[in-house]
Amino acid sequence: MSHYQIEFRHAQKCYGENIVLENINCQVKAGEFVTMVGASGCGKSTFLKMLLGTESHSKGVVLLDGEDIVAEPSPDRGIVFQKYSVFPHLTVRQNVAIAKEFEGSPLLGRLFGNRRKQALDEADKWLEAVGLIAAKDKYPHELSGGMQQRLAIAQALIKHPKVLLLDEPFGALDPGIRKDMHKLVLELWKKYELTIFMVTHDLNEGFYLGTRLWVFDKTRHDPHAPNRFGSTITFDLPVGQTDAASFKSIKSALKLNESETDINESLMTKQANAS
Amino acid sequence: MKRWINKKPSRPLAIVLGILPFILLMALYQWGSEVRKVENPNDKLLPSVSQFYAAIDRLAFTPSKRTGEYLFWQDTFSSLKRLLMGVACAAAIGLILGLITGAIPLIGANLNPVITALSLIPPMAVLPLLFIVFGLGELSKVMLIIVGITPFLIRDLYQRTKDIPQEQLVKAQTLGANSFQLINRVLLPQILPRLLDALRLSLGTAWLFLIAAEAIAATEGLGYRIFLVRRYLAMDVILPYVIWITFLAFVLDWLLVKTSKKVFPWYHAAK
Repeated sequence: MSHYQIEFRHAQKCYGENIVLENINCQVKAGEFVTMVGASGCGKSTFLKMLLGTESHSKGVVLLDGEDIVAEPSPDRGIVFQKYSVFPHLTVRQNVAIAKEFEGSPLLGRLFGNRRKQALDEADKWLEAVGLIAAKDKYPHELSGGMQQRLAIAQALIKHPKVLLLDEPFGALDPGIRKDMHKLVLELWKKYELTIFMVTHDLNEGFYLGTRLWVFDKTRHDPHAPNRFGSTITFDLPVGQTDAASFKSIKSALKLNESETDINESLMTKQANAS
Repeated sequence: MKRWINKKPSRPLAIVLGILPFILLMALYQWGSEVRKVENPNDKLLPSVSQFYAAIDRLAFTPSKRTGEYLFWQDTFSSLKRLLMGVACAAAIGLILGLITGAIPLIGANLNPVITALSLIPPMAVLPLLFIVFGLGELSKVMLIIVGITPFLIRDLYQRTKDIPQEQLVKAQTLGANSFQLINRVLLPQILPRLLDALRLSLGTAWLFLIAAEAIAATEGLGYRIFLVRRYLAMDVILPYVIWITFLAFVLDWLLVKTSKKVFPWYHAAK
């Protein structure tokens, strides 16, 4: 039994001849906040899917709490997708309470009377935590994108997952809303001591949020067979100790054509937030 | 000047424009009827409005001399009964099979080829078979409707089930759902409004098969009556019956829309 929550040993993922990820070695302790960046097609989403269980690794070992990870989604691992994470036919409270109903009613997945009331009360508690209690009787289509993501987070948290996976959760949101969501995620992460993995295409977001930043990229290229080699984790940076030069080198490696960003500013905001 | 594609009618104008073709059609009929009556006062092809009234009064508001029943209402009742029974059975079968084949790949792989093959059989071609197997009574007519629209419903609902975002299924699993709970709480409630949509599309086909079955073997029903009086060239009965069938079809469609909007508000708002 290792003391790591997540451990990858020489893990590889391929589809036939097409190698997506190779030589993935990493250990993550409980309570870490890992952000993952990389160019599109670099395999960061595939990595998240392996953690989630919708994809299984082809070679190597992937451990969750020291045991082989189950290649099927389970309540151990909560997920928030960019879209379609909430159930459109249920109100906000029902969306959160449904997890309790699955738990309490193995056959129908539906609770009645007093037990239903308990489930709804617990859902309200989580809606309070994500600041959505005022909208508890609305349907998802009546919510803004940011509120829908808050709901998706509340849904995931009610199951107390060991790991919370975020797949570009704020990619479709306005910058102002995105800032509020960052604050919320950091708050929840500290309060509930969550282990979070987050895929993002926004390098600033990655630096601002995480305790560790991973960069996915290919280390070897064969120009005649672009799929011969897969990506791996090329940078594993403890966030907060990165200087502007390495930020620039990562940025150019990723060929991210974003507007000129000031890393120091983003780091300073983070420290201010932490203190 | 604004382009034609940007000119939008006001609400009253839209209503007038919408009603206009109906008035034109009626006027055209009236004119045609009068022209023919002048030529031959006993013309049967385009009866006058007063003849329609007489026919409707005879069938709907006067008891039949032979049986003492009101034929029009009896026809309506038995046709609607057959139609609704057929459509209800088809909906139940379509919902269950569409949902199960869409949700569980093993069952889908097992049943989809045979469903596709069966759906290619022209239902009218097996009508004699239905008469032989189920007799000439009510059952064979209901069965024709079921045979006629169920394959479409199954395949449509299979596709609708598949169209539900994979993200939702993964999410439900991370919330601890097993397969049965997932079907019951995530897929089924989202498929029901789509079932109503599919029923609206298949109602026209259901009427087609109902009238075909009644034309061939029946003793009452809207389709039976039309094909019966055809022998006497009784246009004064046929045309009101056709308009009545159209009206019934419209009401059924309207009821389905209203029900769907009332019961599944989230479905219509999200679209």
